[in-house]
Amino acid sequence: MSDHIFEMENISKDFPGVRALDSVNFRVKKGEIHALVGENGAGKSTLMKVLSGLYPYGSYSGRIIINGTERHFHTIKDSERAGVVVIYQELALVKQLSITENIFLGSEIARNGVINWDLALVEARKWLQEVGLTVDPMEKVVNIGVGKQQLVEIAKALAKNAEILILDEPTAALNEEDSRHLLNILRQLKAKGVTCIYISHKLEEVMSIADSVTVLRDGQTVRSQTMAEAGGMTEAKMISLMVGRTLEQRYPRQPHQAGEVVMEVRNWTVWHPELVEKEIIKDVSFQIRKGEILGIAGLMGAGRTELFMSLFGAYGSRSQGEVTIHGRKVDIREPRHAIQNGLSYLSEDRKGNGLVLGMDILSNITLASLRKLTSPGGGTAETGPQLTRAGVINILQEVVVTNRYVQRLAIKTPSIEQKVNNLSGGNQQKVVLAKWLLTQPAILILDEPTRGIDVGAKFEIYNIMNELVEHGVAIVMISSELPEVLGMSDRILVLHEGRLTGDLPWQEATQEKCMYYATGGK
Amino acid sequence: MSELDQKPGLLAELRKGFSHNLKQYAMFIALLGIWAIFTYLTHGIFISPRNISNLMVQNSYIAILAVGMVLVIVAGHIDLSVGSVAGFCGAVAAYVQCLWHWGTPAAILAALGVGLLVGIWQGYWIAYKRVPAFIVTLAGWGMFRGMVILVTGGQTIAPLHDSFTAIGVGYIPQLFLIGKVGSLPGQVPFHDLTLMLALAAVVIFVVLELRNRARRKGYGFEVLSLPLQTAKLVFLSAMIMIFFYFMIMYRGIPWAIVVVAILVLLFNFISTKTVFGRHVYAIGGNKDAARLSGINISVLNLTIFIIMGLLSAISGLVFTARLNSATASAGNLFELDAIAAAIIGGTSTLGGEGTIIGAIIGALVMGSLNNGMQLLNIETQYQMIIKGLILLLAVWFDISSRKTAK
Repeated sequence: MSDHIFEMENISKDFPGVRALDSVNFRVKKGEIHALVGENGAGKSTLMKVLSGLYPYGSYSGRIIINGTERHFHTIKDSERAGVVVIYQELALVKQLSITENIFLGSEIARNGVINWDLALVEARKWLQEVGLTVDPMEKVVNIGVGKQQLVEIAKALAKNAEILILDEPTAALNEEDSRHLLNILRQLKAKGVTCIYISHKLEEVMSIADSVTVLRDGQTVRSQTMAEAGGMTEAKMISLMVGRTLEQRYPRQPHQAGEVVMEVRNWTVWHPELVEKEIIKDVSFQIRKGEILGIAGLMGAGRTELFMSLFGAYGSRSQGEVTIHGRKVDIREPRHAIQNGLSYLSEDRKGNGLVLGMDILSNITLASLRKLTSPGGGTAETGPQLTRAGVINILQEVVVTNRYVQRLAIKTPSIEQKVNNLSGGNQQKVVLAKWLLTQPAILILDEPTRGIDVGAKFEIYNIMNELVEHGVAIVMISSELPEVLGMSDRILVLHEGRLTGDLPWQEATQEKCMYYATGGK
Repeated sequence: MSELDQKPGLLAELRKGFSHNLKQYAMFIALLGIWAIFTYLTHGIFISPRNISNLMVQNSYIAILAVGMVLVIVAGHIDLSVGSVAGFCGAVAAYVQCLWHWGTPAAILAALGVGLLVGIWQGYWIAYKRVPAFIVTLAGWGMFRGMVILVTGGQTIAPLHDSFTAIGVGYIPQLFLIGKVGSLPGQVPFHDLTLMLALAAVVIFVVLELRNRARRKGYGFEVLSLPLQTAKLVFLSAMIMIFFYFMIMYRGIPWAIVVVAILVLLFNFISTKTVFGRHVYAIGGNKDAARLSGINISVLNLTIFIIMGLLSAISGLVFTARLNSATASAGNLFELDAIAAAIIGGTSTLGGEGTIIGAIIGALVMGSLNNGMQLLNIETQYQMIIKGLILLLAVWFDISSRKTAK
């Protein structure tokens, strides 16, 4: 009767204190690529968890209809049997196992528990071909790049006879080339009749690949249409639907006046932690000036994170070169030395390196500042708050300070005693940012500060960056999103395979020039 | 607000408070349940002041170890050597007193010194050589047991000075009343200093709790509604009085319990109010994030194991004092009871979570089981089986309550 492969009707889901989904309707036609967009916390992930049975039948209200029949999923296995397979943002591959082993993990080709490896290899090769991968199926997953791992995930899903493939931010960790390749594969799968639900913050990708789009906001469906309907969908329209207002300007550039040099790096070389002969950063020299945003561009694997992790004393391998901060030579071997010298580093890995998820907002925000007074800070004019005396925490001060930052960064939470794993991605990022701002850094390194967070929160973070620069902080921003680097930086450094290949003032920088340097042009 | 509005609110609040602190309450209820069962089975002998007072002293060395074990496990480690270390430190104290005729203070310092050295030794390997604590302390478990045998020569070293044994068998003095507590002629009805301390403890508790409430309100945090807060105060005050009752009606507070109480208050403060404590929870929760936040993990780990070494020494001293001798098997299997106490008390085996108070209740659960089963003359082999099952059930409960909380 209907050409919808599945329909979710009036889905509502409550968490203690919040209604995450409020009678959401979501219908997808067979064989289309349907984008699901919305700000973080809009309910996209929750909706997909309902669909995949991760939130079992009975824990939500509403109906799920697949191919005309209502289904009740109690586990992920149930939904996979019905052809629904989710590929999560954080890849779920076992790194130390081979590609073949991963593809058939949990559904091994076996008789009486004994695996038929010959058949498995043949089958694996078939599925890898399907996703355009030409790698040895016996290769360990750890040895192939992230882009290829993502394709292995898709091959794994196809091997489960997926009819409905749900991809949650599949290109978040991929470089442009891998992303393009992935999108092409999805188009090919579509041609073979596979239905895709595509969740992404990258709206240009959505524009280029999706047939239809559904926009969620605050747990409700605000729009569901094909790309051509209603005068056509555009990026700007999507953004305004997502945030509920029009955002004229994505990057709030402000003129900055760069001051004196605060940090200078000379002939910085870093060796690989395991392959001790291999140089991953080669003889890099540059300066950072007070009151500027220094953008760092480069392709995946260019060494951007490694460069700044090593300068922060957190990379854990041999390095050589000279670093001066405020004209003084410094020897940074551990992050604590860096923090004492007025350096702060917001990691790209929010959950792995940024937050203690089981702790509350308060403890996370003050974590890097409790020792502040016992070790003289390097770079700040503003005197830091006195959080401790003789090793005892002044809880009153701590609460006051935390509240100030929660307000300043507009962190949405019922209480600062909330554990951070209950917060949305954008709010988590703001907590990490607050932690580093509290250390009163002279130089703030932001590694992918807006990765995986929604448009509204991104804009807020850009504004905070401008405000900090205004107060004389030097900001280094590493980003894989070239428009962001171009839109916010005063000066852009481009890295290629561990070497500094370009140094451009923003007025001269274009997407093409950056890509030229990033791919090794001189 | 009218009466009608408030009633469902109160119930909801009660339910919420209960489900939030399910683990603590469950532990408490389990403890009371165990006491009720043993009281019934022993026809009331279990609940007599004499038995409960003994139970607490018997349990004090485990409680002391459990306090340190919370820090160790919260930081993401484990310490399998504490029983051997306690035995070793106790043996050293007994040795220097019996063979070299050292006074009690000097013998105590010797034991603490040995505990400190052991802590530095194990901490060094864990913090600076990055050998997992499981391996370092497994090695220590064997090494220090060997040293106990070396020091004692396989013999019992005894007797100790009265001033030494008082740590394990003595009680705080009466203030005004003279004579033993009891109902016979010439005996006094209660222990006066203990009664005063009990009343003081209740007053201090109520004042601190109310001050804390006012302060939280000032910060804009959620606080309990007044009726519920009052109920909580009355209930916990009653619990404190019941705790003291057994000692008031027997011979007063044992010195061993004074030691435990001081350590509990001290480490509760350290774990909740100091930078060190906060950092311990942070490295247990996420070591990488903690390191990037500038925390010196090596120094922290070393400190944790030094503390554990010192607490093992104190535990060994109390145990040696109580036995009035040092033996080759002293402290055997204490590590299991200490780990079990911490985990039954809500410490997460994954690190990052756990409380000192919880561990003390956990130690009481383990101690009550030991004591009750001994009163019932249950054979050792069955005691071990039952204790193993209880530990398993406690961890299972912890895991399943975590799931529902999600």
